[in-house]
Amino acid sequence: MTALAETRVAAPDVVTASGVSFAWPGRDAFRLSIDSFVLPARSRTLLIGPSGSGKSTFLNLLCGITSPDRGTIRIAGTALEGLNLAARDRFRAEHIGVIFQMFNLLPYGSVIDNVVLPLRFAPARRRRAALHHPVEAEAARLLMALGLPADRHKVPTATLSIGQQQRVAAARALIGAPDLIVADEPTSALDRAHQDRFLDLLFAQLGAAGASLVMVSHDESLGARFDRTVALSDIIAAEDVA
Amino acid sequence: MIVFRLALQSLRNRWLTALLTVLAIAFSVILLLGVEKVRTGAKASFANTISGTDLIIGARSGGIQLLLYSVFRIGNATNNVTWRSFEDIANRLEVAWAVPLTLGDTHRGFRVLGTIPAYFEHYKYRRDRGLAFTAGSPFVDLFDAVIGADVATELGYSVGSELAITHGSGSLPGASHDDLPFRVAGVLAKTGTPVDRTIHISLQAWEAIHVGWERGMRDANRTVAPDRARAMDLRPKAITAAMLGLKSRLMTFRLQHYVNTYRAEPLSAILPGVTLYELWDLVGTAETALVVISGLVVVTALLGMITMILATLNERRREIAILRANGAGPTTVVGLLVSEATILTFAGTALGVAITYLGLFAARPLIEDAYGLYLDIAPPTPVELGSLAAIVAAGCLAGLLPAWRAYRLSLADGMMVRT
Repeated sequence: MTALAETRVAAPDVVTASGVSFAWPGRDAFRLSIDSFVLPARSRTLLIGPSGSGKSTFLNLLCGITSPDRGTIRIAGTALEGLNLAARDRFRAEHIGVIFQMFNLLPYGSVIDNVVLPLRFAPARRRRAALHHPVEAEAARLLMALGLPADRHKVPTATLSIGQQQRVAAARALIGAPDLIVADEPTSALDRAHQDRFLDLLFAQLGAAGASLVMVSHDESLGARFDRTVALSDIIAAEDVA
Repeated sequence: MIVFRLALQSLRNRWLTALLTVLAIAFSVILLLGVEKVRTGAKASFANTISGTDLIIGARSGGIQLLLYSVFRIGNATNNVTWRSFEDIANRLEVAWAVPLTLGDTHRGFRVLGTIPAYFEHYKYRRDRGLAFTAGSPFVDLFDAVIGADVATELGYSVGSELAITHGSGSLPGASHDDLPFRVAGVLAKTGTPVDRTIHISLQAWEAIHVGWERGMRDANRTVAPDRARAMDLRPKAITAAMLGLKSRLMTFRLQHYVNTYRAEPLSAILPGVTLYELWDLVGTAETALVVISGLVVVTALLGMITMILATLNERRREIAILRANGAGPTTVVGLLVSEATILTFAGTALGVAITYLGLFAARPLIEDAYGLYLDIAPPTPVELGSLAAIVAAGCLAGLLPAWRAYRLSLADGMMVRT
C-alpha cells in the first residue's frame, strides 16, 4: 500500500507514452506511432476518433494487451514493456478498469459476479475493495450509486437493458479504485438522456475512487464535460508504408 | 479454481450442447466398455465351455480337432478308441472318474451323444456349474434320451416326445434308426455350451440301434426289436472320446504322456482349458476388430467434442475478450477451454461407466437366458481403467486445440471484438 502511495506521489501522471511504435505482426505495411501522450492523475480526457483511426490498437497498447515494438508506455509509474505477458495481465487487472461500447458482461454469472470479476485476478485491488465491507457489498454499493436498484443485482445479466448493463460495466471498472478507467464509447448505445445520466453517475464515482478516465467517442459535444478533448489523429500517426 | 468455476458457469450457460456432448462421450464409453465386457464375457464363457474335466482322450489327432468334435460336436473323429483301451486308462490309479463319449449320429441337425449317466454329474461349465434338469431325469429305460435346452425349444420337444435318430449326419436317404424310436426322458437347463444343442442317449442304446449296422447301413435281417434289445448284452466295442477327471491335477501331465504314448493304439490326450484358449486365439481376429471399432467410436466422440468447442468458440470470442480486458491472461483462457473439455470428458466417462454397470445389472439375466452368455460384473479391469484414463486424457488434449485457437484469437482481437 505504501509503495502504491509513493508511486502516486512520484508519478502524478497516470499515463505517459513516448516514442511508441507498433506494427501488427506480419502486417508491416501498417505502422502506428505515438510521439507523446500524457494523462495527468485524476483527469478526464475525451479522445475523439472515428473507428479505423487506430483507436482499438491504441487502447490495446494502453491496457498492455499488445506491447509496442519501440518506445515506453508507463501506467501509474510502471513501464509496461518491462513486464512479461503474465505480469502485464496481472498489472491490467490491478490498475485498469475497462468499459466497452456494449456486450460488457459475461452472460453467465450474476450482476454481482460480473462486477467482482477483475478482483479475481487482482489481489491488491481486492484488498482495496474489501477495505470496509465484503467485496460483494462493495459491488452492491457501487451499483446502487450508479443507479441500479438492489432487486436487479441478482438477476441474469441478459435480462438487463443496455443502459443497466453499462452501469454494471461501470461498477466493474470502478471497483477497488484502479488508477485508470478506459472507456470505449460507453454511451454510444444510449439515448441522449441516458447518456447524460450515465456520465453524471460515472463522474461522481470517478471522483470518489480518485481514478483517471480516458474515454473514446466520436461525439465531440461531450467534450464540455471533460478536462480536455484530444483528437486521436493528433497523437497517433498511422503510416501506410505501402 | 477460478478458471474451473468459470468453465462450469460457462458450460451451464450452454447446457444443451454441453449435455449432448457429454451424452456422446458417455455412449462411446458405454460402447467401449460394453464391447469389452461382452468380449471378456464371451471369452470366459468360451473358455468355461467345459471345466472340471482334466483330460479328454480320443484317437490320435490334433488337439483342436479332438476338442472340436468331443466338446463342440463339430466335425468327426478320424478313428475310434477301443473299449479295452478306454477301460485300461479309466482303471488307472490317477483317474477319479471317466465318462465315455460316442458321436456320429444326428437328429434333425442336432448331434446325438452316446454316454453314461455319470456324464450329467461330471460335465461342468463355468468353473463349477453342473447340468440341471428343467424337466424329467437321466436315462431310465434303454431308449430314453436327454435333450439340451436349444433342442427342446427349437424342436418343441418335452418329456415324453418321441424321436428317431438318423445314422450319420443325415445326408443319406433311408439311413434312419426309426425302427428303434427314443422317448425324451429329461430336458436340461440352458448352459450356453454345446450341451444345449445335443441329444444324449446311453451307450447301450447306441449299441442297440447299431446292431445290424456293421456295414454302415441297415441290414433288415439282423436288426433287433426293442424288447430283445433290452435283454441283450450291449457292452460297446469302441467309443469316440472320453472325459477324464483325475484324483490330483498334479498327475495330469503324467497321464497325458501315458495316453499320448499308449502302445496298443495311437491316442491323444488334451487339457481342455489349454486347448480352448488355443482355439480362441484362432478365432481372435473378430475380437481385435471389435476393439478397433470401439476405439474408433471413442475417437469420433472426442472429435465431436472438439467440433462443439470450436463451433462455440466464435460466439465466445466476446466472452474471452471481456476476460482478457479484466486481467485474465491467455493462460486463463487456455485453462478455461481445457478445463471445459476435461469437465465434459470426465462427466461423459463417469456417466458412461455408471450406465454400463446399471445396464449390466439389469440385462445380465436376460442375456444369460437368451444367449447363454454369462457377463461377469466386476470392477473395471486394469485394461479398462487404462482406456478410461486414456479417454479422459485425450479429452484434455482435445481441449488444447480449441484453446490454442482461442489464444490466437484473443491475441488478435485484443479487447475489442469487432462483431
